Amino acid sequence: MSGYLPIALMLVIAALIGLISISVGFLIRPRKPEKVKLSVYECGMPEFSDARQRYNVRFYVIAMLFVIFDVETVFLFPWAVSFDVLGLFGLIEMIVFIIILVFGYFYAWKKGALEWA
Amino acid sequence: MEQLGFYILAFLAIISSIFMITRENPVHSALWMLLTFFSVAGIFVQLNAEFIAAIQVLVYAGAILVLYLFVVMLLNPKSKGFIRIPFRYVLGIVASFVIFVQVLLTLQSANVIGKAGVYTQEAYKQYGNVKLFGYELFSNYLVPFEVVSIMLLVAMIGAIVLAKKD
Repeated sequence: MSGYLPIALMLVIAALIGLISISVGFLIRPRKPEKVKLSVYECGMPEFSDARQRYNVRFYVIAMLFVIFDVETVFLFPWAVSFDVLGLFGLIEMIVFIIILVFGYFYAWKKGALEWA
Repeated sequence: MEQLGFYILAFLAIISSIFMITRENPVHSALWMLLTFFSVAGIFVQLNAEFIAAIQVLVYAGAILVLYLFVVMLLNPKSKGFIRIPFRYVLGIVASFVIFVQVLLTLQSANVIGKAGVYTQEAYKQYGNVKLFGYELFSNYLVPFEVVSIMLLVAMIGAIVLAKKD
């Protein structure tokens, strides 16, 4: 439990850095808002539509694949930690697990889900 | 010390989830939900459930939240005010109060402390939750683990089939 104290400290310090820098800037900066200053800045050209648009469904496929491979990684984590007790048997198990998922990867590749053009 | 940590984390979890459901901008809601996930992960760590805490950060805060953000962008909810209908508020408050009372009564009447299992707190402290979990999963629960890979494969193929045009 005490091993988590540095993490907690780091989180507190990280939050404080953000809070302090924002609040110091808020306190000492001059405030003279005008219309041009408050407008949306987009590389110098006037914006032509709202930023809220419907996105292409391709982004969703990428996100879904990310979730699936992330869950796969989650299973690698306890395997790696307990590998010294599991030995060769565990290695074979994990190879089978990954081979099954590699089929999905190749399917995604073949179907062009990872391509952007 | 541990109790103080729990109170801070629980407070953060409750406050951030309240902020999450009251924001009008769905992206802001998602960011508050991120804070909820992190504080719940901290509570899991306090319960000696490090593996679930790791999942909470890796899968929920990392992947599920990204998925939510993509769904928000995909659906593009412009409508404002659909949460302002008072009747829904009333309905929600009544429903959550009923569930709260139910949980409270169940906890009071039931003996929530079960029998001690093979893996006690001492074993957790000695080997660590992740190692024990890994050992159990990859020896006694081998078949479910391999079935998971097929499930993930099905999910992957399903997502591609649904989203691809051809």
